[in-house]
Amino acid sequence: MIEQEVLERVLATALRQGGDFAEVYAEDKSSTSAGLDDGRVEQVTSGRDRGAGIRVVSGETTGFAYTADLSEAGLCAAAEAARSVAAQGGGGTRTVALTRSAAHLVNRVEVYPDTVGKAAKVALLQRVDDAARSMGGAIGQVSAGYGDSRKRILVANSDGLLAEDEQVRHLLRISVVANGDAGMQTGFESLGHTVGFEMFEQHDVEELARTAARQAITKLRARPAPSGSIPVVIKAGSGGVLFHEACGHGLEADLVGKGASVYRGKIGEQVASSLVTLVDDGTMAGEWGALGIDDEGHPSQYNVLIQDGVLTDYMWDHLRARKEGHAHTGNGRRQSYMHLPMVRMTNTYVLNGTEAPEDIIRNTPNGVYVAKLGGGSVNTATGDFVFGMTEAYLIENGEITEPLREGNLIGNGPQVLRDIDALANDFAMGNPGTCGKDGQGVPVGDGQPTLRVKSMTIGGTAA
Amino acid sequence: MSAASPELIAIADRVIAQARSGEQVEAFVSRGNETEIRIYEGEIEHFVSAQSEGIGIRVVRDGRTGFAYAGTLDESAIASVLEQARDNVQFGTSDEWAGLASPDGVAVVPQELWSDALAAYPTGHKIDLAKQLERLTRAVDPRVRVDDADYSDASGEAAVANTAGIRVSGRENGCFVSVSTLADDGDETQTGFGFSVGRSPEEFDLDRAAREAADRATRLLGAVKPPSKRVTVVLDPYVTAQFLGVLSSALNGENVSKGRSLFANRLGEPVASPLFTLIDDPTNPKAYSATDIDGEGLAARRNSLIEGGVLQGFVHSSYSARRAGTLSTGNAVRGGFKGTPGVGCLAMQLQPGTRSQAELVADVDDGVLIQMVQGLHSGVNPISGDFSTGASGLLISNGQLGAPVREFTIASTLQRMLHDIVEVGADVDWLPMRAAGVSLVIRDITMSGA
Repeated sequence: MIEQEVLERVLATALRQGGDFAEVYAEDKSSTSAGLDDGRVEQVTSGRDRGAGIRVVSGETTGFAYTADLSEAGLCAAAEAARSVAAQGGGGTRTVALTRSAAHLVNRVEVYPDTVGKAAKVALLQRVDDAARSMGGAIGQVSAGYGDSRKRILVANSDGLLAEDEQVRHLLRISVVANGDAGMQTGFESLGHTVGFEMFEQHDVEELARTAARQAITKLRARPAPSGSIPVVIKAGSGGVLFHEACGHGLEADLVGKGASVYRGKIGEQVASSLVTLVDDGTMAGEWGALGIDDEGHPSQYNVLIQDGVLTDYMWDHLRARKEGHAHTGNGRRQSYMHLPMVRMTNTYVLNGTEAPEDIIRNTPNGVYVAKLGGGSVNTATGDFVFGMTEAYLIENGEITEPLREGNLIGNGPQVLRDIDALANDFAMGNPGTCGKDGQGVPVGDGQPTLRVKSMTIGGTAA
Repeated sequence: MSAASPELIAIADRVIAQARSGEQVEAFVSRGNETEIRIYEGEIEHFVSAQSEGIGIRVVRDGRTGFAYAGTLDESAIASVLEQARDNVQFGTSDEWAGLASPDGVAVVPQELWSDALAAYPTGHKIDLAKQLERLTRAVDPRVRVDDADYSDASGEAAVANTAGIRVSGRENGCFVSVSTLADDGDETQTGFGFSVGRSPEEFDLDRAAREAADRATRLLGAVKPPSKRVTVVLDPYVTAQFLGVLSSALNGENVSKGRSLFANRLGEPVASPLFTLIDDPTNPKAYSATDIDGEGLAARRNSLIEGGVLQGFVHSSYSARRAGTLSTGNAVRGGFKGTPGVGCLAMQLQPGTRSQAELVADVDDGVLIQMVQGLHSGVNPISGDFSTGASGLLISNGQLGAPVREFTIASTLQRMLHDIVEVGADVDWLPMRAAGVSLVIRDITMSGA
């Protein structure tokens, strides 16, 4: 993308007036998306995003500028802008010699998106639409989205690091509306992996569409969700967002460092039920949050955050790790070249327990079974979080019975982690997610086996 | 927008001049600058200075639409974008309503969207503003820590032209300060935020931002989880604005045509309490999101949505209007050069009542003042109408504000809530959102807590 000698000169320019650290992050991303709605392919979109972000760190201050101009002149202009605030100290020439890092290959791609015709991409949407509508007359509306991207990234910094990676992602989304006597209900499914177009050979997209349709149809006979505190069983692969919100964000070293996390100062302490071992794993090949290198050029890692309920470590980016003398953990990520990196999750999941999922349900006299969670959010300083249940059922006398209408579940992260009292052996990854923090979205994965929280507050309307 | 940008409109003109016979072409060209400064403990944590530009091109032929974009205005890149958009056309399904907006003769209501004072404002002063906000916030209350204090501004210019005769351009700038806070009491920590917006920094009210940021964090110290029961809620203006934002999706004419709105087939019928009168008026200069043209280049205008509880109309782009057999209401919304316009409300406002929030509270026997909600995006379904959100606020008993409460939900359905509105306050607040805030009293809400 950019020659090594050019990068070295740009980094030297960035540090010409002092500064402790400089970095060039460049990306070149091509994407295709297509949307189907109301039975029509509405539009195919082609996009190209290409540019570089340059930061200069001096003490506690970071200067950052970006440009879509990848010529040496364009990069040097951005370097000047980035250093103008950060580094205003004495002069002196500093040279930077880059050493190329060995490639860290995590994701394998068989079929690159640019080798597949747009007609084949659009045909997927048509198949999805047909499959969802085949589920009966109650299906009122179907929309589906296809997206692929091929992103090359390059990171070079004044520590001499030079690393490159390529990330190829494919995504399919399906939303269904079903009409009933009591109004409309919705179903949603998605499929996303950091792999090539072969994803659509390996997964049954028609079945995915039928699942979304069944979800909407089932909810037509749903009754209002209960209110109050109640035991909640969460199906494997549908509740990883619980951990993402309940503790994941609170284990990000930038928030911890500012005292904005309930998990500050808790390393070595029991913060969760001893059943829980929580991992953030950027190396989980093909998953939505999998990376060869993070957006600061460091190889992705398998990081254990909670071991048997005991907090073992936080997640780190370059700045926080350098400040506190910790090793970076491959968690420095950014939305694009227009954004500063910060500590972010990759694939965050809970390892298997030992129980059979059926036993957990059978041993729950009354409760709620959540088969699918929607989005969520957390206040990391208090640990209070919410997330939506988009498919849920009552558990009565140890059996899953009637479907429930949508609502939010709320809880306090540290409390919920302690209240996990059953963990099954049926681990599954969940849907691809986009994690938002400080206005930036990055792709993340999550997963967990079936589990029970002994008490959560459910935001329904039934007494 | 205001004042033309000859360079951008020239680029758009050159693109649409390449339209072939039978093709409709639209070019949207934009360019912008932004500054973002974050202060932490009196020092600059980061300073972002950035320029961006890009173009999005839409081609329609035989009822099929193709689109492409690139984040550059480089001539060769633009040629490739046009080529891609043209290639993408063949993969769309023919749609009899597809097409671009045509001039409709509605006059533009000019808006002051550009401040020379902001454009000339020195960087050093921007840094000082954020530092000052941090200091002011800390000074409000000794229990308050500042997480970070930010200053940001943005300026942008854009042009849109199409082969159907639309040709407009303009520019806009604005600035924003915000502060996020933590308040500690023993082992307990709560959080808050405050902000102020302006066309230029002279319009900031730093004292109010600091006070609100401190107050939001400290008022929740000692908050408990309330019991589960049915209550009357008083929504703070900030919460009402978010509630109206949710309704916006059901008033979107495209969602109505596609069977995704709970208001479909309800035109002329009562859908809310007679006290509920809602307009969308981006021509009101007090609205944060005031604008003179919409995302397709038509004049923005005042539209009546619900009057005395009766559904009056939906908002439309040219596409959704053609589908519904009506005219665009000037509500095409474009997120930038990377996408084609959708439909949305631009500046919603509820007709205010006559009484202050204190007077509204005084009439509530058993209820909650809802000051914050969490999880509207995950717990509210604007298609089914199911409504459930995390909340925090103050208990109300016998007309008096009481103990702070948190970690509970409030739930109902949008359909019922609209009919259960008891009163609208007089306290209109022009928040930096697509809806103005005002206090709102709604009865028969399920509060779910302990």
